[in-house]
Amino acid sequence: MDNGQHKQRYEHMFAALDDKNEGAFVPFVMLGDPSIEQSEKILLQLIESGADALELGIPYSDPIADGPTIQAASIRALDHKITPIDCLNLLKRVREQHPHVPIGLLLYSNLVLAAGIDNFYQQAKGAGVDSILIADVPIREAARFKTIADGVGIDQILIAPPNATQETLKSIGELSSGYTYLLGRAGVTGAETKAEIPAKTLIDNLQTVGAARPILGFGISTPEQVKEAIKAGAAGAISGSATVNIIAKHLNDEDAMLNALSQFVSAMKAATSKGQ
Amino acid sequence: MNQLDSKFGQYGGMYVPELLIPALDQLEQAFLEANDDPAFKKEFLSLLHDYAGRPTAMTLTRNLVSNPKVKLYLKREDLLHGGAHKTNQVLGQALLTKRMGKTEVIAETGAGQHGVATALACALMGLKARIYMGAKDVERQAPNVFRMRLMGAEVIPVNAGSGTLKDAVNEAMRDWSANYDKAHYLLGTAAGPHPFPTIVREYHRMIGEETRAQIMEKEGKLPDAVVACVGGGSNAIGMFADFIDEPSVRLIGVEPAGKGVHTKEHGATIVTGSQGILHGAFTYIMQDKEGQIEESYSVSAGLDYPAVGPQHAHLADIGRAEYVAATDEEALNAFKLLANKEGIIPALESSHALAHALNMADEAEEEMLIVVNLSGRGDKDLNHVISILGDEING
Repeated sequence: MDNGQHKQRYEHMFAALDDKNEGAFVPFVMLGDPSIEQSEKILLQLIESGADALELGIPYSDPIADGPTIQAASIRALDHKITPIDCLNLLKRVREQHPHVPIGLLLYSNLVLAAGIDNFYQQAKGAGVDSILIADVPIREAARFKTIADGVGIDQILIAPPNATQETLKSIGELSSGYTYLLGRAGVTGAETKAEIPAKTLIDNLQTVGAARPILGFGISTPEQVKEAIKAGAAGAISGSATVNIIAKHLNDEDAMLNALSQFVSAMKAATSKGQ
Repeated sequence: MNQLDSKFGQYGGMYVPELLIPALDQLEQAFLEANDDPAFKKEFLSLLHDYAGRPTAMTLTRNLVSNPKVKLYLKREDLLHGGAHKTNQVLGQALLTKRMGKTEVIAETGAGQHGVATALACALMGLKARIYMGAKDVERQAPNVFRMRLMGAEVIPVNAGSGTLKDAVNEAMRDWSANYDKAHYLLGTAAGPHPFPTIVREYHRMIGEETRAQIMEKEGKLPDAVVACVGGGSNAIGMFADFIDEPSVRLIGVEPAGKGVHTKEHGATIVTGSQGILHGAFTYIMQDKEGQIEESYSVSAGLDYPAVGPQHAHLADIGRAEYVAATDEEALNAFKLLANKEGIIPALESSHALAHALNMADEAEEEMLIVVNLSGRGDKDLNHVISILGDEING
C-alpha cells in the first residue's frame, strides 16, 4: 500500500469538491449495526448514493458522548457480539472496492487502549482507515495518540466545540490534520436537538489559526442544514443520528432500508452544491 | 492547562469530550479560589459542624475483638447526618456550585446514598437537583428514591445500557454536556475526570484528620493501620489522605469480592488489576478483552462500581496502600457481629472494611492498633439483609 498517497484521501476529496464547487456530505453509521453482513451493504450503499466520505463508529458499551439513537446502534451491534476486529475486517472489504473514499473512525478510548494504541492504529491503517477521532480524548490528552497516529500515517481528528477557548483553537491550528470536527452545538449526538448554524465565527477563527478544514456535525438531519453549514463556511457536514435512525426504522426490511438510505444520502449530497 | 496536577502517577487525567473541558477547568478554578477564601472555609466548616454533626465520634470496640493484643477503633461516619460520610463532600460541592453561579445540580446514584446526600444539600442550599439512577436500582431502592423526592430532587430512571450505576454516570455526563452553563455535575466519589478525584478527597480529608487527633488523644500514638472499604474510593481516600506521609501507618483498602474474585461477580478492580479508561479517568476497571466495560457485582450497592478512583490505583502501584477484597459472605458476617457485639448496625459497604480488620485482629501476633472507617450506617441495607439473613436472625 502506498502510504504517502493514502494519507492524502481527505485532501484529494476537498480538492475535487472545490473544483466542483461543492461541500462534503459525510454520513455516520455504527459498524456492525445491525449485523456485519448488513453493515457491509449499508456502507456500500452510502458510497454509491453519493457520500463523499464515511465516518464510522465501533460499538462500545459506555458511549458518553452519544445520545439514545447511536447508543441503540451500539447495543444492536454488541448484541451480535461484534468486536473491533470484526469492524476492521469489514472495512478492509469495503476499502478494496472503494480505494479513494476517505474513511474515518469515531470511537472511545478504552477500545483503543485494550487493543494497545500502536497495535490498534496499525490495524486500522491496514484496514484502509484514514482518520481516527476518539470521542473521550480531548486535545489535552491527545499527545500519545497523535504521536502514534503520525507515525502510522493516520490523521488524528480533533474536535472544535462551540465553547472552544483560544488555547484550544490554537492547539487545533497546530495539531489538526485531515479535517476538523466542528461541533454544531453542546450536548451529545442526536437529531432531536438541531445544530446551531451559523457557526460562522468559530469557522473563521479555525481558518485564522490554520486548522484542517472544518466539517460540521451533531444535530445535522436535513438538507437545509447542510446547505446552511456550507454557506457558513464549513467544508462539509456529518449526519449521524439521522442516518442511524433510518437503519433503526427498517431493521426488518433490508431493501426498504437501503432504499431509504439512498434517498437520504442523495438529498443531503444535493444540498452540498454551492451553486444553488 | 491545568493548575493542579491532573494525574496521580500515570492514573487519572481528563478523558472526556472536548466540550466538557471548559466546565472542568471552571470547576478547578472555583475550587482553588474557594481554598484561598476564608469565608468559604468558614461556611463549609460551619455546615459540617452545625448541620452535619462533625466531628464524628471514634469508638473503641468493647466486645468484638478477642485478641488482647489488638485494639480496634471505629471512626463513626455512620453518625453523620444523612447516615454516611457522603454528606461531607456533597456540602462542599454544593457550596462550589453556588460560588460558580450555577443553580442546578446533576448527580448519579447507585444505591441512592449519594442521591440522598445530594438531595439534602440541594434542599438546604436552594439548588435544583436532578439525579440519574439506573432503572433497576430505582426499583431495588424505593425508600431512597422516596427520600430524594421528599427533599425536592427529581429522580430520573436510566434504562440505557445495563440500567445500573455506570449507566447513571453516563447519563449524568450526557446531561452535563448539554447544560454545563447552568448546571454543576456533583460527582459522588473520588473517581471521574480531574479535578473530581482531588476535590472529593479534599472535602473528605477531615475524616483522617479527626482520626489522627482522636487517636493521639486516646492512645498518644498513630494507628498501625487504617482500614476502609473501596468502591469508587471516597471514604477510603478521606481516611488515607492525612496519613499518606506517615509511613508507619498501613493504609488498607478493602474491595468487594462479591461471590469471589475468581468468579465474574465481584467489584474488586484493583485486586484483579486491569487498566483502562472509564468515566473520564485512566485507572483500574472491569472490562472484557476488547475493552467493553463489564458489570460489577457486590452485595453492597455502594461498592458495586466497575472502576476505582485514580489515586487509589496510584497508591496501589507505588505500594503505599494495600488493597484486598472481602466477599459478600465475610461482609455479612462482620455486619452481624458488629450489631450483635457492639450494638452498631453498619452499612454493608463498611462491613467489608470491618471484615478484613477482624481477620487482621485474629492473626495479629504483636500489639496492633487499628482504625476502621465505619463509613455509613446499615439502616438502608435492612430490607436487603432481611432477604438474605432474615430466617437465620428471626429463628
